[in-house]
Amino acid sequence: MLYFQPWKIILIALTCLFGVVFSIPNLFSPETLGHLPGFLQKQVSLGLDLRGGSYLLYQVDTKATLKDRLNTVVETIRTSFRDNKISYAGGLNPAEDHISFALSDQAQLDQVKKLIKEADAELTLTTSDKGETTLRYSQKALDDRERQAVDQAIEIVRRRIDSTGVKEPTIQREGHNRILVQVPGIDDPERLKRVIGTTAKLTFRLVDQNVTAEDALHGHLPPGDEVLPLDPATRRKDEAPGLVVKRRIEVSGDTLIDAQPSFQDSQAVVSFTFDAIGAKRFGKTTEENVGKPFAIVLDNKIISAPNIREPIQGGRGIISGNFTVQSANDLALLLRAGALPAPLTILEERTVGPGLGADSIRKGTTACFVGVGLVAVFMILFYGLFGIFADVALLFNGAILVASLSVLGATLTLPGIAGIALTMGMAVDANVLIYERIREEIRAGRSVMSALEAGFKRAFGTILDSHVTTLVAGTLLYELGSGPVRGFAVTLSIGVLISLFSAILVTRLQIVVWLRRFKPKSIPL
Amino acid sequence: MLVFLRKTPKIDFMRLHILGFVLSGLLTLSSIVLFLTVGLNYGIDFKGGILIEARATTGDANLSEMRAKLDTLHLGEVALQGFGAPNDVLIRLPQQEGGDQAQEKTVKSVRDALGTGIEFRRVEVVGPSVGEELIRGGVLATVLSLLAIAAYVWFRFDWQFGVGAMVSTLHDVITTVGLFALLHLEFNLTTLAAILTIAGYSINDTVVIYDRVRETLRKYKTLDFKSVVNLALNETLSRTILTVSTVALAVLSLLIFGGEVLHGFSIAMLWGIVIGTYSSLFIAAPMLNYIRPSRGGSAAEAETAVSEPAS
Repeated sequence: MLYFQPWKIILIALTCLFGVVFSIPNLFSPETLGHLPGFLQKQVSLGLDLRGGSYLLYQVDTKATLKDRLNTVVETIRTSFRDNKISYAGGLNPAEDHISFALSDQAQLDQVKKLIKEADAELTLTTSDKGETTLRYSQKALDDRERQAVDQAIEIVRRRIDSTGVKEPTIQREGHNRILVQVPGIDDPERLKRVIGTTAKLTFRLVDQNVTAEDALHGHLPPGDEVLPLDPATRRKDEAPGLVVKRRIEVSGDTLIDAQPSFQDSQAVVSFTFDAIGAKRFGKTTEENVGKPFAIVLDNKIISAPNIREPIQGGRGIISGNFTVQSANDLALLLRAGALPAPLTILEERTVGPGLGADSIRKGTTACFVGVGLVAVFMILFYGLFGIFADVALLFNGAILVASLSVLGATLTLPGIAGIALTMGMAVDANVLIYERIREEIRAGRSVMSALEAGFKRAFGTILDSHVTTLVAGTLLYELGSGPVRGFAVTLSIGVLISLFSAILVTRLQIVVWLRRFKPKSIPL
Repeated sequence: MLVFLRKTPKIDFMRLHILGFVLSGLLTLSSIVLFLTVGLNYGIDFKGGILIEARATTGDANLSEMRAKLDTLHLGEVALQGFGAPNDVLIRLPQQEGGDQAQEKTVKSVRDALGTGIEFRRVEVVGPSVGEELIRGGVLATVLSLLAIAAYVWFRFDWQFGVGAMVSTLHDVITTVGLFALLHLEFNLTTLAAILTIAGYSINDTVVIYDRVRETLRKYKTLDFKSVVNLALNETLSRTILTVSTVALAVLSLLIFGGEVLHGFSIAMLWGIVIGTYSSLFIAAPMLNYIRPSRGGSAAEAETAVSEPAS
């Protein structure tokens, strides 16, 4: 133990140097950082609870898309049945995930099967012995669509977040229908949630002027119509709270190629432009319905319902309402990025303001330094010179730990800082084990050299065992934890590994150097 | 330089061990009872709900005024408590009806109700679906940790050691949970991390002692079992106390300087290291007396057999 091969000494020295050099960047502010050479610029990556920001876990509501899809296909089937004189009972109203009806003439079953296939090839048809026919989507079709929807949703969310100018967002898929969004350092978390979470499905529909909303609510709602409320944010005081609009979508928002915030009569408005198909449809509808109101519906709320003054063939238009500059901007942003394929629900949110973040950093680092300081003093009190050796090793331990976190780009959270403090406390355990063993060997009468030798050798097995068990706890915490707890698991595990190195090798090196230099006759333990 | 325990002490741990078993049994039992009756103060991580850490922008936080404003919203059992500084408030709201979407709307209405004098420093919303998953994950993590640790000890030592290790670590986890129930501390993800860390520390401590027991068994082959355990415990006592002290120093500074968010974690850790050390000395080691491992060891590892330890 007492002979260190030169290459080992160099390796140990280099590792310690690595620790010091790569932890230094963390002391500098971002401006000074820019002046340093490239490889010295990596700082520890701060978690959201230290930096401030939002952690948002969304679920993509694919049930809603299924419902939409069933609603659309039902119309096609209805028309198809009518054209082919298929009669049925049951109204063909879709339930949560299927459509059931009773075929009047069972002989038409084969023809029905063919028509269903034409309407949507992914529908499966089953018949019960009571003569009821059920249409469902196959599980594979559902899974495929779900995957597509989530992929699309991630893309759109990414586009939207980028448009708000946020730096370094993290957007990733979780499980098979969840999206995790982590956005650091935002001033207005509410706006961000609005921008991400609004489905933004824009549709243009005709208003049914023959029915008032009152009549509809009392039960006189014609089929093919529905009552929609006016969006409270854009509704003017004198307008009715709701209108009856036709279910049929004349033009839909997915044919938009551009939307921009703009001003008209010093009011904030959103101007939009359709693509060729949308423009043609828009032109046709406006031509056929001059003088009638045209409802602009966003996510089942009517933003405005202006009267069509003349046919609009150019494919451009304006949405006006009670917009502020910010809300017009946001709506244009949403329309440009595209509508989400399915609504997003927030399952979990953790938002930390920057004030709390800075406080947490300060408290955490104070606790760390005080803790390390106390442990260092303690070691000197009980082990004198050897305590100093242990403290030096501890300091390098800390430096290498911070350096590793910086270089690896691991995320430091508040529990992570607690993990560092804890690791420092536990790291000296290895030294205590070694030193106590050396003491025993001296008491048993061994010479300086053999006592040192035996101390290190015997303690090593125990040290290894204790570190492995802590690693086990750390690994499990990492796997099953999330966010801040993961940060704790990371610092604990890396800390434990590094302490194996520093507590044993760095201490040993110091002792060897001391032995060679001072050639002591006894060990001051 | 202070030297702790200049001579190897001669405490008769084994004579005290029945007392230790009784005490531990009582602690474990009362912890289980507390858990089943009083129950744990689950944070929103497990119960679902809304947590808001707020700060009054001018002056102290007026809790009764805020409570009155929130009562008008009919949000169920609203918990408002001071949180460190006099202008800091912690607001806890139970899960709202309406599934995951309703939670967000509630945060907004709270913000509107409390007005501009209150700044939201931190908002956490855990919907019902995620809450359940976190509980499941947490329980799984604890169980797996205990099993993995027991397996490791079994692998490194004999099965008898594994049993002792598992019992003492289980005891530590149960009594820590009992402490949480007793003090009504908030039980959330961070405190769960503390419990797992305590399990890790406890086993750490136990392994060091077991190591010494194994060595002593081989070294003094003819010494009776109880004396072997006593010797091992006494020889490692100075290390045990010194290490628990250094870790305690680190945890104490976390407790004093670490702030409110780490409060529950620090208290749990402090208790945990004390109970972890206690269980290694008074449960794990004495248990070996009842399920005795073999004394053999390969000739290469054994020391020259000695019948009496030097004093």
